[in-house]
Amino acid sequence: MTKKQKKTLCRIAVSMILYIILLAAGRMTDGFSFAPRPVPLLLFLVPYLVIGHDILWKAVRNIRNGQIFDENFLMSVATIAAFFIGEYSESVAVMLFYQIGELFQSYAVGKSRESIARMMELAPEYAYLDLGGNVQEVDPEDVKVDDVIVVRPGEKVPLDGMVIEGDSFLDTVALTGESVPRRVGAGQEIQSGCVNGEGTLRVRVTKEYADSTVAVILELVENASEKKARLENFITRFARYYTPIVTIGAMLLAVIPPLALGGGFAVWIKRACIFLIVSCPCALVISVPLGFFGGIGAASRIGVLVKGSNYLEALSRVRAFVFDKTGTITRGEFRVLKSIPGKKATISEAGLIKLAAYAEGFSTHPIARSLQEACGEQLLIERVTDVRETAGRGVRCRFDGAELLVGNSTLMFEEKIPYERCDEAGTVLYVAFGGNYTGAVVLGDRIKEGAAEAVASLKKKGIVQTVMLTGDRKEAAQRVSDEVGVDAFFAELLPQDKVGCLEQMMEESGQTAFVGDGINDAPVLMRADVGFAMGAMGSDAAIEAADIVLMDDDMRKLPQTLVIARQTVRIVRQNIVLALGVKLAVLLLGAIGLASMWAAVFADVGVAVLAITNSMRMLMWNPAKNP
Amino acid sequence: MKKKYKCEVDCANCAAKMTEAVKKIDGVIDANVNFMMQKFTIEAEDDRFDTIVAEAVKAMKKVEPDCVVEL
Repeated sequence: MTKKQKKTLCRIAVSMILYIILLAAGRMTDGFSFAPRPVPLLLFLVPYLVIGHDILWKAVRNIRNGQIFDENFLMSVATIAAFFIGEYSESVAVMLFYQIGELFQSYAVGKSRESIARMMELAPEYAYLDLGGNVQEVDPEDVKVDDVIVVRPGEKVPLDGMVIEGDSFLDTVALTGESVPRRVGAGQEIQSGCVNGEGTLRVRVTKEYADSTVAVILELVENASEKKARLENFITRFARYYTPIVTIGAMLLAVIPPLALGGGFAVWIKRACIFLIVSCPCALVISVPLGFFGGIGAASRIGVLVKGSNYLEALSRVRAFVFDKTGTITRGEFRVLKSIPGKKATISEAGLIKLAAYAEGFSTHPIARSLQEACGEQLLIERVTDVRETAGRGVRCRFDGAELLVGNSTLMFEEKIPYERCDEAGTVLYVAFGGNYTGAVVLGDRIKEGAAEAVASLKKKGIVQTVMLTGDRKEAAQRVSDEVGVDAFFAELLPQDKVGCLEQMMEESGQTAFVGDGINDAPVLMRADVGFAMGAMGSDAAIEAADIVLMDDDMRKLPQTLVIARQTVRIVRQNIVLALGVKLAVLLLGAIGLASMWAAVFADVGVAVLAITNSMRMLMWNPAKNP
Repeated sequence: MKKKYKCEVDCANCAAKMTEAVKKIDGVIDANVNFMMQKFTIEAEDDRFDTIVAEAVKAMKKVEPDCVVEL
């Protein structure tokens, strides 16, 4: 509890005790009948002022500042009016319970904020800067690119960098939600936010703190509650009209019925007070963002970063999932499966692979890396010139001066090379050297663990359409599609075709999510109603382009996130219905004299407390219990 | 220039009102009082940044006199 909260608690306790004593005394003496009239008034004013003096003071100050419809003012008017009509004990009770509710509210919000902060306890407090021999503790923000830092066992990696010395295991739990130790050694890139294992690492910093993974993630989560969901905007707008309308209603209720019907003002003023108490909008205004906040927190605990409340809301309505194949459903780690020299070519299998490796050698595509691995020898950069890469086709270049083409059948067709069609399962790269067909290299990719499980789980959760998109050949796509169990696939797509495919899906199935690796499918990610990027740890581009970011590679997080989104929206709806329902009911009952001021206080702070408690459920969300 | 400050705000509705009030100040490009994170973000013209921030804090105090902004 903060100091402010503790002080309020003390005042509540003092005021409560005084109030109970006064109530008991009043009962024993038959309503202070022995004393002249002002005595009970003055007696009840004591606990009233103990508990309410700050509210009164704030109300006065706010009026001076031109803030009329704020809750301090409303509570002050309502309780003072109650004093005027002789409802002393009610007046004190209203103020007392209002303060208790406010205290609980501020405590609960603080708690939920803390628990999210704990989940996201990534921020490093210091970095050890290596100054050639001696080590100095500095603020991570003061470390520059190319500085060398030392990460000791058990410590958080403060900045992104490359290991230059030492071996260790890194725990990525804070980033991915799963404790999977990853082996690192010299030459490897590491991300800030990981926790170092047993070994000491010397790391050359590659990014300043503000651009490091940790800072990017923290920034993202902090800003998430600023991207407001439609429900939230609706409620904020609603609150803007609600309070003035109800307040005006209260004034009319106090004046018109007694004038029209005759009779005393007191009974109608009391009903007007009920209106004033109910008119406070805070229960409404807090319940929605807190619900989303909880959902975003629950997601970040399983290593899923949601970039805004609006995306969580959009995800809850998603009916179709579209997946990219490479890097999303499959690992994106190709291995050379086969090398088939052309019938007329005189090249060896290894030579064919070498040619392909040279052409692809300067690309970062996963295909290129696996070719280099299979080739096994150091490539001599100067042998290759004029490299031109065409997306969806392949590479054209010159190798030792002669034209070398490596790519799919479209490339061969366009260059009018008479190639021998290869129907092996996998990705086929056709190679043509010096204008002649030389052969084909077949590469295979492995499907990720849990991909089939994830697709099945999404279907079980009511996703009507699951589709896979790929630039790969039909045969390779068919194999993956069958194994994973998606409803349909589109193969041999150029990157620009993917957006068209997605748009078609959006038209057919409604709200559609796209899942990609965020590296070369940014336009599709942006176009989708909800864009997921997978395996985003350490990839700024993916984090930038996507709406929801899966830090690790696990497709099974998709159905989990879907459940979180739906549950969050359900909780937010419940909160709105509860808050509005109770308030309207109390307003109606109050107008016809059936609700007491107690009911009104409940409708204000009681409902706020219930809504907060309801939202907190999201923070306790456990993926193990929601398979 | 864009800067972020810690702040203490007691109610969600006040935070919304503060955001509106600060956005109205001349020279402010964007502003947000985040009740959940208890953070105040302001983006304003560079040359008058400090005066604008001071003005913003004043506007916030007008909405809720108790609020604290750690500059």
